Amino acid sequence: MADFPEVTDSTFEKEVLQSDIPVLIDFWAPWCGPCLMVAPVLEELNKDFSGQVKVMKLNVDNNPNTAQKYGIFSIPTILIFKGGQAAAQIVGAMPKKQYVDKLNELL
Amino acid sequence: MKEHDVIIIGGGPAGLTAGLYAARSRLDVLLLEKLTPGGQAVSTAMVENYPGFEEGISGPDLMTRIEQQARRFGLNIEIQQVERVMLENGRKKIIADDEEYFVKALIVASGAQPKLLGVPGEKELKGRGVSYCATCDGAFFREKEVAVVGGGDSAVEEAVYLTRFAKKVFIIHRRDQLRAAKLVQERALQHEKVEVLWDTVVTGIIGEQVVQSVELKNVKTGRESQLKVAGVFMYVGVTPNSDIFDFPIEKDAGGFLVTDQDMQTSVEGVYAAGDIRSKLLRQIVNAAGEGAIAAFAAEKYLENQTS
Repeated sequence: MADFPEVTDSTFEKEVLQSDIPVLIDFWAPWCGPCLMVAPVLEELNKDFSGQVKVMKLNVDNNPNTAQKYGIFSIPTILIFKGGQAAAQIVGAMPKKQYVDKLNELL
Repeated sequence: MKEHDVIIIGGGPAGLTAGLYAARSRLDVLLLEKLTPGGQAVSTAMVENYPGFEEGISGPDLMTRIEQQARRFGLNIEIQQVERVMLENGRKKIIADDEEYFVKALIVASGAQPKLLGVPGEKELKGRGVSYCATCDGAFFREKEVAVVGGGDSAVEEAVYLTRFAKKVFIIHRRDQLRAAKLVQERALQHEKVEVLWDTVVTGIIGEQVVQSVELKNVKTGRESQLKVAGVFMYVGVTPNSDIFDFPIEKDAGGFLVTDQDMQTSVEGVYAAGDIRSKLLRQIVNAAGEGAIAAFAAEKYLENQTS
């Protein structure tokens, strides 16, 4: 999981809001057990939607500003951004299909 | 269409232990898990009552160890969400999200999930102050006041856990005494940040965008009130993941699977272990034990079929 793309408070604007393609952000923290359960699913999504969707993680411990801005009170929360807007939100660790369905709806 | 002797549905303590035993018996076994193995135990910050860890062990650590132990004996695990299970000529057919399987023996260890309280505002404010996982979300409520709903082990343990972050933790419980283990109760009742609201139920959750307060009702006096909190953590029991069967199978009133002492359900060759079973106590320690029994019983069942 070491090379999984991370986004931070300082790169959020450029990486997410100005992205040409939709971006799926996983708000997580290392102390959150269920967050660790979603990680492998995200890696699969990253491969399956390669070129169509950017899949990135945001550590809420290190990047509190972005988490606060989007009203994250529960992790894992997945937000999908399209055209600079949060277009979908999924709270909790869910099976892969739920993320796939949501992405297909937005693409 | 794939074929196996045994399939285990669910990768929590029961499923992984069944897998460990089945793999050591050299059965042709596969475990299906919808996420990553671990189950509900992954949401527990510290497991203090699983034997062998005298100082306790974190839920994620314990589950990673059990998974690795099972894999060491050759257990295969696939990420698949099981949608339906049916019977076809004595074999069990499993339909998962992108694969189908035929098996001779099935071990259902698909567990349970937190029950919803079912009050107005709960669904709307989920992830915005309404939470079912204190270890995941506690840190978002630093110096805030929060409520925990429930009176069992999970509710009271997690209430004490939340005192690490919150300024004040209210336990809202509908009865006049807690059900949690005495030691756990003592920790909560003696904690300066914890206050128990007895004989009280939550009738609604109020908030624009985020939780602002809960509506309460005292069940003895009928008195209604509001309590300002930023977070509400629900620990009002669990509901079984048992609606996958396309054939009659005996369940109790709560939907939990009824088994005999060898973990066989009312359907021959279908076993149940862990939180999905109808039983008195839902803990990691007996989930693991039931997984072992189910695997052994399934092995005997397979032997009797071929002889």
